[in-house]
Amino acid sequence: MSRAVLPVLTVCAALVALWYLGAVWMNWQLVADAQARAGAAPDLAEMVRLTLAQPRPLLPAPHQVVAELWRSTMTLPVTSRRSLVHHAWVTLSAALAGFGMGVAFGVALAVAIVHIRALERSVMPWIVASQAVPVLALAPIVIVALGALGLEGLLPKAIIAAYLCFFPVAIGMVKGFRAPDAMALDLMRTWSASRGQVFWTLRLPASLPFLFAGLKVAMAAAVVGAIVAELPAGAQAGLGARLLAGSYFGQTLQIWSALAMAALLSATLVGLLGLAERAVARRMGPRA
Amino acid sequence: MAEPVIAARDLSLVFTTRDGPVQALSQVNLDIAPGEFISLIGPSGCGKTTLLRVIADLERATGGRIAVNGRTPEQARLARDYGYVFQAPALFPWRTILGNVMLPLEVMGIPRAERAARAKAQLALVNLAGFERKFPWQLSGGMQQRASIARALAFAPKLLLMDEPFGALDEIVRDHLNEQLLKLWAATGKTVVFVTHSIPEAVFLSTRIVVMSPRPGRITDIIDCDLGPDRPLEIRETPAFLRIAQRVREGLRAGHSYDV
Ligand SMILES: Nc1ncnc2c1ncn2[C@@H]1O[C@H](COP(=O)(O)OP(=O)(O)OP(=O)(O)O)[C@@H](O)[C@H]1O
Ligand SMILES: [Mg+2]
Repeated sequence: MSRAVLPVLTVCAALVALWYLGAVWMNWQLVADAQARAGAAPDLAEMVRLTLAQPRPLLPAPHQVVAELWRSTMTLPVTSRRSLVHHAWVTLSAALAGFGMGVAFGVALAVAIVHIRALERSVMPWIVASQAVPVLALAPIVIVALGALGLEGLLPKAIIAAYLCFFPVAIGMVKGFRAPDAMALDLMRTWSASRGQVFWTLRLPASLPFLFAGLKVAMAAAVVGAIVAELPAGAQAGLGARLLAGSYFGQTLQIWSALAMAALLSATLVGLLGLAERAVARRMGPRA
Repeated sequence: MAEPVIAARDLSLVFTTRDGPVQALSQVNLDIAPGEFISLIGPSGCGKTTLLRVIADLERATGGRIAVNGRTPEQARLARDYGYVFQAPALFPWRTILGNVMLPLEVMGIPRAERAARAKAQLALVNLAGFERKFPWQLSGGMQQRASIARALAFAPKLLLMDEPFGALDEIVRDHLNEQLLKLWAATGKTVVFVTHSIPEAVFLSTRIVVMSPRPGRITDIIDCDLGPDRPLEIRETPAFLRIAQRVREGLRAGHSYDV
């Protein structure tokens, strides 16, 4: 354990150090200009301190992002429109709803493809093509179209998230449902098992490792989808809205804290899926 | 003679492959009576597995006729007339040994309580009592193959089709399993069709030995193996045993057309 921790910590420390160097370098001109205007001539230590303490830096220092995260999550009531918890929840709920829809659709699609030969050739190209359309281009169209139908708020965002989600799940599950080898399928045939029985007792359990691989990719994609879907909708709430508002007003700290929050959210959700995967794996033949 | 369990007339099977047709079976004529233990022996590629798969309706013959219990192989399969043991155990890794043996009973809609009782009895029969809750990877190869035999026996089919079930096992384990299989056969009176590469195994187990030869796969000899029902392992040293083994060997050699 400790042997694994040390290299990880070293790499993390190196990245943080690089980030600090980058912040000093990126913000240097900003500080130098301001100091020149004020007629001041600070020494090197003072310059570095100033580059890491700008209210609107080009690149905020790590501790600034952490402080902003703390301020906007812990010091404000969660009901406040300025609370990052509020915005994170808006995005999370859309992402989770979209994840549920996308996973259900992806699995259903895979079930259909595995059982109906003709579908593989006819539907697969469309599935692949659907993912070639950039979601950034698609999101405004969907949001506007659904808005015209009177659909606003969570559902349109969830649909965008689902659109990104279903693909990795469908592809993974087609592979997973086909994972059983010919001998296992022959065995079921010698017992005259029905298609349903083959599915529930053989194909589904054999596909679970593929399911979790797909779910992890889909979860991260759902968060991205929900954030992208918040951009065109007038940016009222959600992490996407914070990103957009932050860039309007040059609030880099707000942008970075929203980004950090999105990353934390994804990592937590994917981590939870990892735990679920371990729990399922333990039930299905614990190994060593 | 009672109605044969298996009756094949001029049976042939041609696989259409990308490199053209492959004649896997040609003019196979074979009657198997109830309670017989038949071994199919022959060099690799002579169609032993294919013949077994035709009986099991896993492959369709392209010529001739075959009846299983007086019906087509498909009807026999749908009636669950036979149990099939593959060359590999093919246990589902996510099920316990008991869960694996119960699987055919589950598929056949047998009530839950009865499933467990029957599966446990079968596991005891192959000396695997006490391993019910283990997962397949926790068992040795020989134990896994025994579990797969218990699984094939679980729903009490009268016909047992076995494709080199002990092919991957070492000789000691193989001897042991052969003895157990023979006892099981004597106790239950099942009809067994057994594929093997091993002459001693075939002679030790069978009531009749079907010798096959390749290109195209056909039956070249059928040898009676009347050593009686009581066969200790030592019987393999007796003159009667060696005489039959010699005949099988000659049959195999005659079938070989190696131009060496
Ligand atoms: N699905 C298939 N498609 C095409 N050819 C096949 C197929 N299955 C078997 N064959 C061919 O049919 C012939 C007989 O094969 P089979 O598996 O019955 O031999 P076998 O006697 O069981 O051999 P072995 O002792 O090696 O198991 C071989 O030439 C093989 O290549
Ligand atoms: Mg074979």
